[in-house]
Amino acid sequence: MAMAALRREGRRFAPLVSSPNPINAIRSTLAPAEEQMGLGVRSISTQVVRNRMKSVRNIQKITKAMKMVAASKLRAIQVRAENSRGLWQPFTALLGDTPSVNVKKNVIVTISSDKGLCGGINSTSVKISRALHKINSGPDTECKYVILGEKGKAQLIRDSKKDIELIMTELQKNFLNYTQVSVLADDILKNVEFDALRIVFNKFQSVVSFLPTTATVLSPEIVERESEAGGKIGDLDSYEIEGGETKSEVLQNLAEFQFSCVMFNAVLENACSEQGARMSAMDSSSRNAGDMLDRLTLTYNRTRQASITTELIEIISGASALEG
Amino acid sequence: MFRQAAHRLFTRSTTTTITIRRLYSTEVATDASSGDAAFVEAWKKVAPNIDPPKTPIQYMEPRPPTPSTLPSKLTVNFVLPYAAELSKSEVDMVIVPATTGQMGILPGHVPTIAELKPGLLSVHEGNDVKKYFISSGFAFVHSNSYADILAVEAVPLDRIDPAQVQKGLSEFTQKLNSASTDLDKAEAQIGVDVHSALNSALTG
Repeated sequence: MAMAALRREGRRFAPLVSSPNPINAIRSTLAPAEEQMGLGVRSISTQVVRNRMKSVRNIQKITKAMKMVAASKLRAIQVRAENSRGLWQPFTALLGDTPSVNVKKNVIVTISSDKGLCGGINSTSVKISRALHKINSGPDTECKYVILGEKGKAQLIRDSKKDIELIMTELQKNFLNYTQVSVLADDILKNVEFDALRIVFNKFQSVVSFLPTTATVLSPEIVERESEAGGKIGDLDSYEIEGGETKSEVLQNLAEFQFSCVMFNAVLENACSEQGARMSAMDSSSRNAGDMLDRLTLTYNRTRQASITTELIEIISGASALEG
Repeated sequence: MFRQAAHRLFTRSTTTTITIRRLYSTEVATDASSGDAAFVEAWKKVAPNIDPPKTPIQYMEPRPPTPSTLPSKLTVNFVLPYAAELSKSEVDMVIVPATTGQMGILPGHVPTIAELKPGLLSVHEGNDVKKYFISSGFAFVHSNSYADILAVEAVPLDRIDPAQVQKGLSEFTQKLNSASTDLDKAEAQIGVDVHSALNSALTG
């Protein structure tokens, strides 16, 4: 019934589509409706509202689909991220956690996503990286960036272009596995000189919340220095070291392995946070689109009703004028 | 009608994600401890209006201090990139394939950092022995009778096919003999080493 009414309505306004200025009709909002009432048709056009409703409905469809995609990706990656959480813990238990270590060459590894529309996770990691950069750059220390992901690059390249050492993108094109991440970690180790690597990422907590985190990986020389001079990792000296020719060789292997393990977890956690953030962002935008659609439908129906009433009045008053 | 359907779909999807989250979220920070005080101090000076980022130690369950008496069990964490094979399980002994030779770890072992080579890892608990073949990695033994074993890849020994091992071994031996460049030689040598370790783990 309602559909039939709408169709009739559509037929009635069909000549309006081919009105003298159709482009204007699409561009303009509701206000200049009088302009379009040419050719003796005295009613208010609903064409604009209908077009708007259509586009809002399409946007809603897209955001809903994106939400569903993000949800299914999230489920797959969440399990993997949570399984990888055991990997870094032995290193933290052994070497402790040293975000405040004072070294000469600092490298900040910022992990961000390649694609946008995922809330604030990229700007959060960029903000954290900038602050870490400020903390660690001084007259006798230097601080460089290594950036993973397109979005972090876009934000950091604006103001700290000279400090960027290495940029890697399209990380998530292939399935994220340990081999891939360790190749990537190897690339960073080969191309960048560092005393301390500070990895900035978003740790996944739940679909709507993620925790910005920084993990620190020290170079083998610094590990040795800190363990000897009663530094931050004091009890490493009490450990016996098996394998390898010298202690420094084992420590070198250990540091490299630690970096790849921490990176693996960090990349997975960040990918997981990305999907979660995208899911909630897309959910709220489809809800907004729904609200907008409700408002537009109301306007549309009201206008339609008004035009019908006007026409009825015209007919009745015309008839009564003839009678009288 | 459609909007309601969508709404129903959404409520269902959120409830499922919540159940998943509950299932796995045991590890995320439980206490609000501030971590490294010096770091937080430095952070507050530079960025007073952003919260300092978390650091890994805040997500970790604190480990117990070194007990005064010798504990009877060894607490083992055996982790792989894609799974935590053993997590805080109490066992009698583990034997790890260190680069210097097989190393048995009992409760009260001296603190050690050991590099691992491809070989057999066995976990003894009572009469029960679980055997894994691991690729390589590290083992840490702490003074509080905690042992952490990290490996890149591990498979239970009973899932290895002896025929395939023999085939791989002969293949890589052939490759080693015909290798011309250093890189090829090194790759073939690794293949031979891994397969002969597999072979000896299966037969021994």
